[in-house]
Amino acid sequence: MNNRIELKNHQQEMFNFRLRLFIGIGFALLLLGVLLGRFVYLQVMRHSYYHTLAEKNRISIMPIVPNRGLILDRNGVVLAHNFSGYTLEITPSKVKNLQTTIDELAKIVDIEPRDRKRFKKLQAESHDFETLMIRSRLSDEEVARFAAQQYRFPGVEIKARLFRDYPYSDKTAHLLGYIGRINQADQDKLEEKDEEANYRGTDYIGKTGLEQYYEDELHGKTGIEQVEVDSAGRAVRILSRTPPVSGNTLILSIDAKLQEIAEQSFGNYRGALVAIDPASGEVLAFVSKPGYDPSLFVDGIDADSWKELNESLDHPLNNRVLRGQYPSGSTIKPFMALAGLYYKVRSPTQTISDPGYFTLPGNSHHYRDWKPGGHGMVDMFKSIVVSCDTYYYGLATELGIDRIFSYLSGFGFGKKTGIDLDGETSGLLPSQEWKQKHFKQKWYAGDTVSVGIGQGYSLVTPLQLAMATATLANGGIGYHPHLLMEVKNSSTGQIRKLENSPAFDVKIDPESLDLVKRAMQAVTQPGGTAAQASAGAPYTIAGKTGTAQVVGMKQGEKYDASKLDERHRDHAWFIAFAPVDKPRIAIAVLVENGGHGGGTAAPIARRVMDYYLLGKVPDAVKVAEPAASAVPVVD
Amino acid sequence: MTRRQFLQRITAHLDRPLLAGMMLLMAVSLLTLYSAGDHSMDRVMAQGLNILVALVCMWIVANLPLHYLMRTAVPIYVLGMLLLLGVLTPLGVSSHGAKRWLNIGVATIQPSELMKIGVPLMMAWYFEKHEATLRMKNYIVAAMLLLMPVGLIAKQPDLGTALLISASGFYVLFLAGLSWRVMGGLFIAAVASAPVMWKMMHEYQRHRIEMLFDPSQDALGKGYHTIQGMIAVGSGGILGKGYLNGTQTHLDFLPERTTDFIFAVYSEEFGLVGNLILLAIYFFVIWRGFVITANASTYFTRLMAGSITLTFATYAFVNMGMVSGILPIVGVPLPLVSYGGTSMLTLLLGFGMLMSIQTHKKLVKT
Repeated sequence: MNNRIELKNHQQEMFNFRLRLFIGIGFALLLLGVLLGRFVYLQVMRHSYYHTLAEKNRISIMPIVPNRGLILDRNGVVLAHNFSGYTLEITPSKVKNLQTTIDELAKIVDIEPRDRKRFKKLQAESHDFETLMIRSRLSDEEVARFAAQQYRFPGVEIKARLFRDYPYSDKTAHLLGYIGRINQADQDKLEEKDEEANYRGTDYIGKTGLEQYYEDELHGKTGIEQVEVDSAGRAVRILSRTPPVSGNTLILSIDAKLQEIAEQSFGNYRGALVAIDPASGEVLAFVSKPGYDPSLFVDGIDADSWKELNESLDHPLNNRVLRGQYPSGSTIKPFMALAGLYYKVRSPTQTISDPGYFTLPGNSHHYRDWKPGGHGMVDMFKSIVVSCDTYYYGLATELGIDRIFSYLSGFGFGKKTGIDLDGETSGLLPSQEWKQKHFKQKWYAGDTVSVGIGQGYSLVTPLQLAMATATLANGGIGYHPHLLMEVKNSSTGQIRKLENSPAFDVKIDPESLDLVKRAMQAVTQPGGTAAQASAGAPYTIAGKTGTAQVVGMKQGEKYDASKLDERHRDHAWFIAFAPVDKPRIAIAVLVENGGHGGGTAAPIARRVMDYYLLGKVPDAVKVAEPAASAVPVVD
Repeated sequence: MTRRQFLQRITAHLDRPLLAGMMLLMAVSLLTLYSAGDHSMDRVMAQGLNILVALVCMWIVANLPLHYLMRTAVPIYVLGMLLLLGVLTPLGVSSHGAKRWLNIGVATIQPSELMKIGVPLMMAWYFEKHEATLRMKNYIVAAMLLLMPVGLIAKQPDLGTALLISASGFYVLFLAGLSWRVMGGLFIAAVASAPVMWKMMHEYQRHRIEMLFDPSQDALGKGYHTIQGMIAVGSGGILGKGYLNGTQTHLDFLPERTTDFIFAVYSEEFGLVGNLILLAIYFFVIWRGFVITANASTYFTRLMAGSITLTFATYAFVNMGMVSGILPIVGVPLPLVSYGGTSMLTLLLGFGMLMSIQTHKKLVKT
């Protein structure tokens, strides 16, 4: 009985399964039937329609590339714009013999060796069916000459294109960056962002600087034109058109004139300058000397020019503001003084006696002051004015590296500033943890001593130092430095202002701030290390000089600039802000191999401040020459 | 052992009708790849190698007795789940805004591929274990076994694969006798929750569905694929433009023409007649799969064979449907025809199981 029931169940089950299997077969047949129906619809009923599209008049979907957004300075001065011109382009897959074609072309239009080299490089980087430029910016005459003989050159065509132009060329190259041909890496990134459709037809993309950082704002939206083309590829008529939307206009906080004056003030020196509005973090000038001609990169750089730029001893491609890492030298002292006051390690009136060197207990090593014989009795005010090293050796030792690290990182040292540019380096604010990690060594008391005067392991970028100076000038309330001030929508004309809220708040009590500011003001007056810096200025200036060692010196050796090769001379620093009571501008200047900050860096800062605060244009920009003669040996 | 005996030994576990149908599809693949690759043998040779490797794997699986197959269910499923979870860890690799791959040092793998087999295998194993006492509870557990990996895959996001695995799991549930009332309820629930799903979808997924109704909306992006695919198929007409004569193909209009859009190449050159032949071959393979299913001796093998067969049919439908513009573009290859090693391997492992099911049952019965 039992058995029979099970058997029956089994049969019932098999029946159910088979039934469902038949439904499955029916389902599969239905799917195939739907497909068949669709094929009949497309291939029989709509065949002539699709046949027309495919054979006689193919629909060509043409992207309309949007105009790239402009970049203006805070006063509306154009820093980057587009102009239209003609290019001569070759599609290698449509050309039988590339070499003879180019040789023949050279008889009609001017094709230089560098054009050929650039074309070769482009060809190596792209597919054969892509259209590649052989010559840009053709003259009207060349266009006419080629047009008359175009029939001889299948696969070669003239195209009207928009070119990117940077009127300030090398003066803004490190700031704006440049656009360049979209390569495979760019293409991958676009695909990742699902943006490839919007870049169809576009050949250029921001590669570095603001052009790269604000690519999304600048690019715009690609338009579409559906055209009927005949079998020869000629457009018969336009079926529909969606116009492109131009990229937005960027309005920077940079003052182009200020930028130009700052750049010229360097003369033949290499270096960097950053000027910031302390009350907002707006960057007013951003100079890395030397610059380079960005237009070389826009058309694709040829190997010779690249080699020249890349191997130059001046490193013109190095963005010193953003990526240059230097010892801060004595410019760190005002910040160290604030740390000493904050942790109550020193009082303002406490004095030390400076014999011209500092020793750690139980160690005979002499940490020397820059002034042989020392500064005598030194209190905090004087320590800044005369830049007494011995004072800060002691202060750093008493603070200890942990407290130095914690206080100075509040000013942004050792961290990226968060400026709106890619590729920033973070400098180095050393700590016990850092040394353990990188050298597998514990932190020694001697390491702390040199941190006190901004040497040893510590490194800063000019941008960091400018930001820290701005933060100090603003009483401890700091902003991330920012280059973009406003974005102007290209179609609506609406202006979107970028809000910058305070990023950090360093604890400084008013008396400490006042003391350090007064001392920094005295630096720029007779008796200070930059005694000439405020001479004749109708406003007050606070500053601090600094020297970053390039060549290490042995114990007892004397630094003699006149004997050193120019490139082995120390780097000169000067940080400043003005006016002292209500600062409107904060500056960090670095002059590579400039020797002493008061001598070479401070005058540059002064010119920048004179223009920004007084509108004074230097009559003839005096070109400071790196002279082999005596640079005063002071710090 | 004579040569004849040796041959017999080797082919003993291969199902000849099924193999014949597969071979025809593979021939179509090589033929079309030659045309799609602009008369270059590169892709043809590479695909030939893919086929060879996959055939060897199929042969091994076909020779495995059924209890081996059953024993692999849990390990494959658990491994698949671990790999899917691994995608969420820093070892996961992102590309095109989706995190679908896992870096295992020597190579980057896509765990969801493994689950195309792992999920139905696990579900069939589970039903076999509880065959005697099937209750609603068991269907719920089986559904959970399906939804866990599907959820992870949908989150990557890879909606196409998630839906296809859902389908293969649903076929197991359906063949295992899930009641009509429950299925009806699920259907109504699915329709009702559609607006919610729509909101939860990624922007690009919504985009793809919108485009289905109006491909011209995104004529430069994804819509371009659909438009060009439809032009290729439609312009092929009844007899096609002739082998190697497809204009859409050879003028570079067709994107992804060796992989997901290979059907457009075939259809343009061989027309409606070619499509009919292709559909007939597919139907033959599917039919053979159903025959094997109907003859299968155990609950596990019935469920597994049925699911493999129906899933194969679904893949073919979804790919041809997407190329001819009735389904959204979900990135499913045309089974056994599209270029690609992974999908070839996954499919042939499934066919290996079908063959094992067909050729080992006599032994089970005795």
